[in-house]
Amino acid sequence: MEEKPKAVLVIGGGIAGIQAALDLGDMGIKVHLVERKPSIGGRMAQLDKTFPTNDCSICILAPKLADCFRHPNITLHTLSEVKDVTGQVGDFSVKLRKYARFVDEKKCVNCGDCAAKCPVKVPDEFDMRLRKREAIYPYYLQGVPAVMAIDRENCLYLTRGVCRICEKFCTREAIDFEQKDTDITLHVGAIIVATGFDPYDPSGIPQYGYKRYRNVIVSLEYERLICASGPTGGHLLRLSDNKPAEKIAFVQCVGSRDLKNNRYCSSVCCMHATKEAMLAYEHNPKVKSYIFYMDLRAAGKGFQEYIARGEREYNISYVRGRVAKITEDHDENPIIWYEETQSSKTKKTTVDLTVLATSLMPRRGVQELAKVLGVELDEYNFFETDPLNPLDTTRPGIFVCGCCREPTDIPESVAQASGASERAAETVMR
Amino acid sequence: MNEVRVGVFVCHCGTNIGGFLDVPGLAKYALSLPHVVFAKDNQYTCSEAGLTEIKNAVAENKLNRVVVASCTPRTHEPLFRSTCKEAGLNPYLFQFVNIRDQCSWVHMHETGRATEKAKALIRMGVARAVLLEPLEETEVDVNPCALVIGGGIAGMTCALSLASRGFEVKLIEKENRLGGILSSLYKLYPTHENASNLVQAKAKKIEKNPKIEVLTSSEVKELKGFVGNYDVTVKHGEKERLFKAGVIVVATGAEEFKPVGMYGYDGETVITQMELERIFKEGKLNADTVVMIQCVGSRNEKRAYCSKVCCPTALKNAMLIKEANPDSQVFVLYRDMVTQGTIYEDYYGKARETGITFIKYSPERQPVLENKSVRVYDELLGEELSLPYDLVVLSTPMIARNDARDLAQKLKVPVDENGFFLEAHVKLRPVDFATDGIYMCGCAHWPANGSESISQAYGAASRASIPMSVGHVKTEPLIPVVNEDECSGCSLCEMTCPFNAIRVEETEKGRKAKVIAASCKGCGACGAGCPQMAITMRHFTDEQLLAQVVALAEVAP
Repeated sequence: MEEKPKAVLVIGGGIAGIQAALDLGDMGIKVHLVERKPSIGGRMAQLDKTFPTNDCSICILAPKLADCFRHPNITLHTLSEVKDVTGQVGDFSVKLRKYARFVDEKKCVNCGDCAAKCPVKVPDEFDMRLRKREAIYPYYLQGVPAVMAIDRENCLYLTRGVCRICEKFCTREAIDFEQKDTDITLHVGAIIVATGFDPYDPSGIPQYGYKRYRNVIVSLEYERLICASGPTGGHLLRLSDNKPAEKIAFVQCVGSRDLKNNRYCSSVCCMHATKEAMLAYEHNPKVKSYIFYMDLRAAGKGFQEYIARGEREYNISYVRGRVAKITEDHDENPIIWYEETQSSKTKKTTVDLTVLATSLMPRRGVQELAKVLGVELDEYNFFETDPLNPLDTTRPGIFVCGCCREPTDIPESVAQASGASERAAETVMR
Repeated sequence: MNEVRVGVFVCHCGTNIGGFLDVPGLAKYALSLPHVVFAKDNQYTCSEAGLTEIKNAVAENKLNRVVVASCTPRTHEPLFRSTCKEAGLNPYLFQFVNIRDQCSWVHMHETGRATEKAKALIRMGVARAVLLEPLEETEVDVNPCALVIGGGIAGMTCALSLASRGFEVKLIEKENRLGGILSSLYKLYPTHENASNLVQAKAKKIEKNPKIEVLTSSEVKELKGFVGNYDVTVKHGEKERLFKAGVIVVATGAEEFKPVGMYGYDGETVITQMELERIFKEGKLNADTVVMIQCVGSRNEKRAYCSKVCCPTALKNAMLIKEANPDSQVFVLYRDMVTQGTIYEDYYGKARETGITFIKYSPERQPVLENKSVRVYDELLGEELSLPYDLVVLSTPMIARNDARDLAQKLKVPVDENGFFLEAHVKLRPVDFATDGIYMCGCAHWPANGSESISQAYGAASRASIPMSVGHVKTEPLIPVVNEDECSGCSLCEMTCPFNAIRVEETEKGRKAKVIAASCKGCGACGAGCPQMAITMRHFTDEQLLAQVVALAEVAP
């Protein structure tokens, strides 16, 4: 038979990258799966439940993480970044920088004895900075690989040369401060980009008071708050006074469909706001939710029915109108000022908690990555594609799937991921 | 039978278990149980040292069952099974006991009672381990040929992709030519290129591809077999053709809902978007004032869903009317403008700039046609308008094809409440059926535009290529066995099975259920439902499970 097919590089270890890697691996193609963070899982791992079935997100994701980890054809490169790409379709050379974890992945069993002794406390990124973690930490509880990592920015030994207490308390001698960043070169036939999204920072819309008001939060913060493995153990408590939130406003299109920010529609927010309001009601049936929207976009399978169920069974009111501003009363209750389009009247309502449905934007650093890959981005910095070749970037042999090409929900990201793996397989098996 | 010799390994899991339970005490207790000839506690049973200890203990103590009491089979069962294999033991002679997630973690404030519970769990595990039997995985070859049903944009894309990977493809189309719904369209949004260009380009590539055989005017008559080994009967006029396929892709598309009896629909001055496309193609549009009404026959009590493609379609067709005749007036009456993603919001903006008038109506006050004009309550203006028209275009949803249920029955796959094909998992398996070896893409699954159909077609090709690339599928050893003497051939198991993995067949002894190992997932539904108790689940036999229950009820020795 012909010589063995070349390997494929997948950049990004969220659900899209994971699915692409699994499909290729299952076809018998070697895959290098690259993730910047200490563990794979991506944004989906941060979500509590998923619409429109309300499946627990991590519960359905975790088996895929384990499959990736154990797969004989998949090599995971966590804490790694693509630094250079040369060559051409069918024959790329990729320079990968692997940052030191300072923990031996083979020895660490994630017992947490080290973190229990670490004196450093810094905001936890996975939990949207709502909780503190140590400088040696698991990226998240169910993360894969299930090992600790040392955060070089905050570790006392790495920044000031003193401490090493983790080393003393690790019974498995897994701490390794001798680890160095290394550059390796991979030879691959095709590349799949699946770098996902970052949420828009609504500080850019000062009239909404984000960061000024403690009870105005963004969707991903809400997902962590209501998640059983999150900072409050799944209790929906206000950040100002730890009181339960019972009247909740969801403000849609924050940073989306907005001429001053992103003109585009972020596609998933009507649905995730509905889900978030449902979850609040499931936790506490006294909850009343208001969703302030412009157009309800519920076009996927079962989506419209989901919205109807939200209205009927979960005490959700959909209010058509753009929120003009948010203020606060003496008890730090947010006040929503909006124009209700049905009556053309300006109205206000006071709530316990406000959740801003922030726009999905390309990941920070995507411009540098595009330059390294030699591909074009669109005007919003999503990877440019042609509607009739939706998974191909502007450079042959480099394909794209998921939220880095356009805001996309999970089922579509997964279908695209399989599709991108097919395009890559066509390339390397030719 | 050889003497049963059980070894038990109890894990501290650092402090996860050891910090809350008396782990050395548990190991000592395990040694007191029947058939246990070796027991030991380890700091981390899953570490290299722990695994080596298992292997050595198997050799030194002639163990033929291994029980590990530690974390969870979810993450660690494959590891311990393969360790058993390395030790020369059948991997199915391994038994997991979860004393972390189901004990130490949930009872961390009750060390004494939690240790007692762990003892009971270990006692149950040992009782089952004694009755475990060795099982073997087998393999079934996969025919490297795909059957793609439906020659629209999804089916054509999928066929071309699979062929370029080197697989044989049979592409079946019901009509007398390829193209599907795209053949009826004029231009495609958002690029406004001719739909026929795309169809012709794909059809030409297919024609030239020696790996693809196209059968037009054909449909599936019968399907037999299972993943890797399907026998397909295709009806082509009066003739029938038989061939073999390893995998199947359903790409049969959808059709436009005809709004008979709604808004005075007559196919002439009140038409559908698809009928407008045909008028465009024929170049016969002659209307100065056009009113489009969205959500006709969708998002209502009878058909709750949003069909997704109608808003961009209306925008496209409204712009094409304005382009051809800048003096024309076009009104789009909508409920929610569904223009999602990075492209379509601008597309909507562009349509507004061309002077198309958008009027929002609410489902409580539907537009009404009377005296050659459309009366509509404009929600944003807060007033009622009367719009005279030359032509009314109704945006109706895509609905499941009326032959979809028939095909679903032949393939033994499910459809959803709207008649669209039902995927294996809404979130994570969007192009797979629950039945192995059958996949779907495009509008057969749900309304999708060209771009989405193409993405999904590649996705389905990827999934379908996996068993063909590997060349065989492994059969699950944890499957049921049918006791033919007890089986009455009632077919209840066949109806219950979600994977088409058990079928009643005519045998010398009469009608008997037969398990299709390649398709079975070992879920046990057939066994649970069998009124004759004729089905035994391997690895989860009644004897094994009852032994656990009995062990639980026993007072600790």
